[in-house]
Amino acid sequence: MPQQIVIIGNGISGITCARNIRKQSNDDIKVISSETEHFYSRTALMYIYMGHMKYEHTKPYEDWFWEKNRIKLVNDHVISIDTKSKGLQLQAGSSISYDKLVIATGSVSNKPNFPGIELSGVQSLYGMPDIELMNENTHGIKRGVIVGGGLIGIEMAEMLLSRNIDVTFLIRENEYWNNILPLAEAELVGRHIKEHHVDLRTATELKEIKGEGKVKSVVTNKGEEIACEFVGITVGVSPNISIIKNSGIETDRGVLVNEFFETNIPDIYAIGDCVQHRNPPSGRKAVEQVWYTGRIHGETLAQTLVGKRTAYQPGPWFNSAKFFDIEYQTYGIVNAKDAEDETSFYWEHEKGRICFRAVYNKDDETIIGFNALGFRLRHAVCDQWLQEKRKIDDVMANLHQLNFDPEFFDKYEREILSSYNEQTGKNIKSKNKKSFAFFNW
Amino acid sequence: MAQLATNNPSLSLTEESASQTIFQKVGGICIAIAILFLVAALSGVSKEYPLLFMIIIVGMFTLAAVFYALPYYKGIAGVRMNGIMFKSMTNKGAIAWIFAIVLTGFYIIIYWFPWMFGGLIRIFDPLSQLLANQPANQWFMYGALYTLAVLTMGIRFIGKYRHSRYHVIRTFSVMFFQLGFAFLIPMFLKKLNEPEFYFSYFWPLKYNYLFPSDVSSLMSSGNLGVFMVFWGAVMTFVATPILTYKYGKRWYCSWVCGCGGLAETAGDPYRHLSDKSLKAWKIERWMVHSVLVFITITTILLWLNSYYKGGILGSVSGAFAQWYGFFIGAVFSGVIGVGFYPLMGARVWCRFGCPMAAVLGIFQKFKSKFRITTNGGQCISCGNCSTHCEMGIDVRWYAQRGQNIARASCVGCGICATVCPRGVLKLENGKEEGRINDKPISIGNNNITVHL
Repeated sequence: MPQQIVIIGNGISGITCARNIRKQSNDDIKVISSETEHFYSRTALMYIYMGHMKYEHTKPYEDWFWEKNRIKLVNDHVISIDTKSKGLQLQAGSSISYDKLVIATGSVSNKPNFPGIELSGVQSLYGMPDIELMNENTHGIKRGVIVGGGLIGIEMAEMLLSRNIDVTFLIRENEYWNNILPLAEAELVGRHIKEHHVDLRTATELKEIKGEGKVKSVVTNKGEEIACEFVGITVGVSPNISIIKNSGIETDRGVLVNEFFETNIPDIYAIGDCVQHRNPPSGRKAVEQVWYTGRIHGETLAQTLVGKRTAYQPGPWFNSAKFFDIEYQTYGIVNAKDAEDETSFYWEHEKGRICFRAVYNKDDETIIGFNALGFRLRHAVCDQWLQEKRKIDDVMANLHQLNFDPEFFDKYEREILSSYNEQTGKNIKSKNKKSFAFFNW
Repeated sequence: MAQLATNNPSLSLTEESASQTIFQKVGGICIAIAILFLVAALSGVSKEYPLLFMIIIVGMFTLAAVFYALPYYKGIAGVRMNGIMFKSMTNKGAIAWIFAIVLTGFYIIIYWFPWMFGGLIRIFDPLSQLLANQPANQWFMYGALYTLAVLTMGIRFIGKYRHSRYHVIRTFSVMFFQLGFAFLIPMFLKKLNEPEFYFSYFWPLKYNYLFPSDVSSLMSSGNLGVFMVFWGAVMTFVATPILTYKYGKRWYCSWVCGCGGLAETAGDPYRHLSDKSLKAWKIERWMVHSVLVFITITTILLWLNSYYKGGILGSVSGAFAQWYGFFIGAVFSGVIGVGFYPLMGARVWCRFGCPMAAVLGIFQKFKSKFRITTNGGQCISCGNCSTHCEMGIDVRWYAQRGQNIARASCVGCGICATVCPRGVLKLENGKEEGRINDKPISIGNNNITVHL
């Protein structure tokens, strides 16, 4: 007897869950979303605005895919959940009943209480409606101010520049994303931001947004007034739990779940951005709003829903981003400041756009994390070394296995290794047999 | 919502940067002058001053291309795709349609009504006399313009992708092979009264090189002719399998081939127009392999016929060859293949019609070290790789499940790896073992060992 599985949210978490259920069972699957009819990649929103892609290019599956795989898409908004009768009330008026309910509602942008935040031309960036709004808000304007030095902020800066709109970027920290990136990396990215002629203002906070109906300027905590026609508020996101409130499902910052993504109410689960773990896996945060996390949640919960109860057991942390032209990858744990028992080796290319960091344990010298900016690392190798707790010396001798840059690109292994030997006083030799690996071919 | 995002007309209005506009204006003026002289040349007045006309027309087109390329050389290098989905020229707008019709018409005239270009062809006489020691015909003009397009748009391409040494090197390679092997050497051979031979084209793309008629006429033309037959046979039967085994079909399609060369350079602004649907992939497989079967049968029939001295087949095999030449050689590879660049992308011929690509693809799929490696779990499904794949491969479908890409049609241009914002894709030649990981491991999720 197939179960009725209803998933609220057609983002990466909900859709991954739906697909993985379908691969293993004959259950009835419904996915409800009011944002878009079909699953699209939220991470690609910036490219739609910049004209690299259209909305249709951001859909990872063709439109016929859903019917063929019997995943029913419901383009509607859930207004309430009745956990007793196991039913959902939809905005259009109909209701849907479920045997198992998956909440994958994602996040909402944080909207701090600045004076003037309600003015037209002030907005955040999270979903498709935001891109449409931003398109209207930035049409024909001269300057935009972005508030908040995180990943969305820098994307927004790149988006505005692509349409020749000047950008002032207000950052609370002393360097860009310095609450996550170690100082050297943060400085490197900061230089690159300025290189793109962004008016980067560090240690600066927004005080007030001025205007009449439409935004005309912002005032900073340093008393400076900056004329602008657009303000991007990019100060993080919070779990989207508005429809869950009053349903009896326990929430804190997000929907509270155990390691099986079970909420306090039987047959109701939650995954993705909207989740807050009661007992997060060691080394992980209770709320993790990342694409990859959402995907892994979806894969894992699908196992449970088809009868193979599976606990959340993520491997070593990884993440990536692109700061204008500089790619960033991180594997394992790299804190903004090395913890008590950690130390790190850092190398930076002389041109200041490429760097590498390896964090390791002071005592037993096992590897803890990698950061790379401006060149690519091989995920499979990083993952394996982190799980095996390789020694740093072994890592340095085998750097060539980490490299994932395209063929014919400059290789930095020798430079990194000699810098390591210089900094530590060791004499580690490369185990790369092809010492003249100019031609990767 | 979705509808709005797709059809919102205001998304199509975006301002160009000031410097880009100035360069484009100057470039536009150059094109206008070139077109004026082109029209004048058609009247026949150019016969009086062929050299002057050629310098002005070719020079103005070259200058225009350089001016359009200049913005890419300015500032910081990186992926520069801004606005391609908004511009009429690159988004199948009115300008793209006009350009497509002009290109298609150009091919129709040059194949079937070359006399219409009479005056224009004359301006290439001085160059043709210099290189080939004879007056120009429409094919000399075509070769000269083709080479010019590869060279000038190659300069643009190198500027656009100058942050990737892979693109810089392979673009120099296609420019070199087009200029040398597909233009200067064949013309120079004519000057020496040797057969006009293209050392960078082989059977089955240059199908007649293994037709009995060509083989016998080459063999009887002297030592160089014998070498040409030998070269053609060795490249087709020995070098092609070996090189494709080692490097994938890219060694030819995006490094040597002239068709590929034009697609990679002049066709770059249209690479995103290829159809990525599953349906298009099905059509592609049927078509490209049918063409291969057709040309193989034709070649075998011709040889049988030649062996039996026309005894059993009469003129049937000759008719086969003629029909192939008309439909595949002219209509498909020329008129549709290049004429439809601005509407269907630059690799229509390579993808749906080229029998050489079909052979290389079979090797690449089943016996090659080449693959595009997917970097574990780092894919964010953004779609840049699929969007900008000129061969219409849905690269993302593989990347997001952590699977390597080993597709027959991949020409190894490497743009997917370049536009990927997360460093997920890498073209490489490695061990055959583990090349096609069609049950990829989900890196980052320790309780799921295999992707279903």
